[in-house]
Amino acid sequence: MIVNVHDHDGRSQGIAAIPVDAVGIDERAAFFGKRSIKAGSKLDLFYLAIRMMDLTTLEGADTPARVRQMCRKAIQPASPMLTEALSKIPGFRPIPSVAAVCVYPLLVPHAVKALEGSGVHVASVATSFPSGQASLATRLIDVREAVAAGAHEIDMVINRGAFLAGEYQQVYDEIAAVREACGAAHLKVILETGELGTLDKVRLASDIAIAAGAHFIKTSTGKVQPAATPQVTLVMLQAIADHYRKTGVRIGMKPAGGIRTARQAITYLVMLYETLGPAWMTPDLYRFGASALLNDVLRQIYKQYTGRYYYDKGYSLD
Amino acid sequence: MTEHLAHASASPATNGHPRDPAPAPGGLVIDYAPSIESDKIVQIPARHQLYIGGKWTQPAAGRYFDSINPATNQVLSEIAEADASDVDAAVRAARRSYDRTWSKLSGRERGRYLFRIARLIQERSRELAVLETIDNGKPIRESRDVDLPLVAAHFFYYAGWADKLEYALPGRKVGPIGVAGQIIPWNFPLLMAAWKIAPALACGNTVVLKPAEQTPLTALKLMEIFEEAGLPPGVVNLVTGAGEAGAALVAHPGVDKIAFTGSTEVGKIIARSVAGSGKKLTLELGGKSAHIVFEDAAIDQAVEGVINGIYFNQGHVCCAGSRLLLEESVSGVFLDKLKVRMRQLRVGNPLDKNTDIGAINSIGELDKIKRLIELGKQEGSSYFEPEEIKLPQAGNFLRPCFFSDVASSHTLCRVEVFGPVLTVSTFRTPAEAVAKANDTPYGLAAGIWSEKGSKIHKVASGLRAGVIWANTYNQFDPTSPFGGYGESGYGREGGRHGLLPYLEILG
Repeated sequence: MIVNVHDHDGRSQGIAAIPVDAVGIDERAAFFGKRSIKAGSKLDLFYLAIRMMDLTTLEGADTPARVRQMCRKAIQPASPMLTEALSKIPGFRPIPSVAAVCVYPLLVPHAVKALEGSGVHVASVATSFPSGQASLATRLIDVREAVAAGAHEIDMVINRGAFLAGEYQQVYDEIAAVREACGAAHLKVILETGELGTLDKVRLASDIAIAAGAHFIKTSTGKVQPAATPQVTLVMLQAIADHYRKTGVRIGMKPAGGIRTARQAITYLVMLYETLGPAWMTPDLYRFGASALLNDVLRQIYKQYTGRYYYDKGYSLD
Repeated sequence: MTEHLAHASASPATNGHPRDPAPAPGGLVIDYAPSIESDKIVQIPARHQLYIGGKWTQPAAGRYFDSINPATNQVLSEIAEADASDVDAAVRAARRSYDRTWSKLSGRERGRYLFRIARLIQERSRELAVLETIDNGKPIRESRDVDLPLVAAHFFYYAGWADKLEYALPGRKVGPIGVAGQIIPWNFPLLMAAWKIAPALACGNTVVLKPAEQTPLTALKLMEIFEEAGLPPGVVNLVTGAGEAGAALVAHPGVDKIAFTGSTEVGKIIARSVAGSGKKLTLELGGKSAHIVFEDAAIDQAVEGVINGIYFNQGHVCCAGSRLLLEESVSGVFLDKLKVRMRQLRVGNPLDKNTDIGAINSIGELDKIKRLIELGKQEGSSYFEPEEIKLPQAGNFLRPCFFSDVASSHTLCRVEVFGPVLTVSTFRTPAEAVAKANDTPYGLAAGIWSEKGSKIHKVASGLRAGVIWANTYNQFDPTSPFGGYGESGYGREGGRHGLLPYLEILG
């Protein structure tokens, strides 16, 4: 099947629906957890995972104070106690800041202020997150307001209703419109794979999002189960690989939701490494959407240095 | 915007703008650690004897040969070399045990022994997997995750049949045949022993097993497990040795049935030798199996399937998907992806859990494969091997490779290489794919990749192959019969069909 969509200038963008074999994906996705990694390399991966993290809070109960607290954690992930304990270890490398914090548009100004000068980005879930069930005009206003408030990155949701109804042109047009509304901000397109039903649809949605101008494609809002899984992530990485093979353009990937342990993060990074290669092993092209993951990675970093675990209260909640 | 992103990554390995079409410098490279499975779990005795009538027995001529670790080419153990008189003793022990004990037991009793054996294999599976890897050269990941689970599963499966044989052929009365002589190859040593022994015992036969001279260690270990399970003496006897012992077993008048897995060349000799003797015979021989990929396949998964089809177990697989047939419209993309994927393969120490491709089983085998690769190059098809794959200094290692633009008349497209060598040809229509797939004297297995179910059924019905996999490859299960057409042999192993070669129809 060829899905015909047209770009701004009315040029046809034929997107071939690439079939995905779900059984084969299960097998391959399970494989990446079986690699064993050198201790030094593991430590590098933990540091990289922190630098790839989009620390996220997306609750109705979010307040400016809550966001400020999370921003502090984003800049300095290790608590003062842990930092002190770590700094006594010979050869210890300082814990880096995370890539970004991810908040609702209304809270962007607070995050921007709290992160000023830190190098940590502000990402915002615009487009009537998480359902996207609002008019395009409303969603675009949402995006423009977030960008105007200083968001560096916009995490949009695709119109799953339109996608599942087969209105691919509409899905494409809306993504392209959001991209335009983003201006200089980077666009991450959330497919909400937990609502798409099949891996074939995940692949098609990935290809449409990439064709319509996504800088990153992202699995999930975190509000729908299942969120990121190794299987959907692998399918999306394969879409990115095919796009790179055809155009030489590198699209980024963000699995979000459900990645809680350092061990899981390593499995995702091995998958990235074996599917797209070392060029993608950078925060510019890969992010983890997570909140619980950070403390477990810190826990494992301490363990890599010392061979034991730091006590639990040594990690700050946020 | 680029500035934002440069901020975000504190590392010098920043790639700049993600949409920058220029090639980005390399990001982080992952260093895989050698993760060596400890070999402490296995104790390999310096010398192994024959196992006859429940006793470890010295060979009559007092001769021994070496079993070699193919990853290092060091000697693992001395193995007794059986001659005709040893084989005779083993066959007589099997006959005694058949007459006095095993054929008299109820099916339920035989099943209890087999269940016990299966459980002991599970309990000792790590030890057996390590030993198999040391002796054979296959990656520990495969011996641990594929061979050993299947070995136990075969014993469990046929244990279940032992007291249900009256349902194997509804309406017919069946009984055991007698003494089975079983000769097995070196590529799946323990698994092939299980394929042979489990149905034979379930049906009430006794066994003389001859493992391959390259890889006898796990079969010898299996005899210990049989002892531990309390299997009566003489029910399974083991004679180690090379062609001489095998020939003596095949020619022995006291043997009622021969089961052989190995090369087509030896299979033909056995068939001639057995002709007119009244012995039953099953042969599981070579293959040159076609792996057909249509343009409507899930290409990324098909690449995985093709990799698994040919490079699994170093390509030492009788049903290996060694002839890739690609629909011309996707051949370019497919080969690009295949190359990318092959570069990820890790060749090396078979005991390393990160190893994808282990050691070629012997120096002789390595030389044979290398000669065939040279021949392929001389015949002028284009050759690819991922040169960045590092090979260990010692041991028998070879990079995976393929030849593309191969015609059916090329030697490599016709002979069984039995190594990590793939040939690639293209086709234009399903009819052409079927014709090319069948253009071989063999007929063991085939694979079809298409997301269109009706096409799979249509193509499968045209293929002359004993096993056909759709959208997967090299999947094995004790419930499923396995065997070939043409020069791939006759008879089936596995499933209900696998009982029939070990049963006499009594009425």
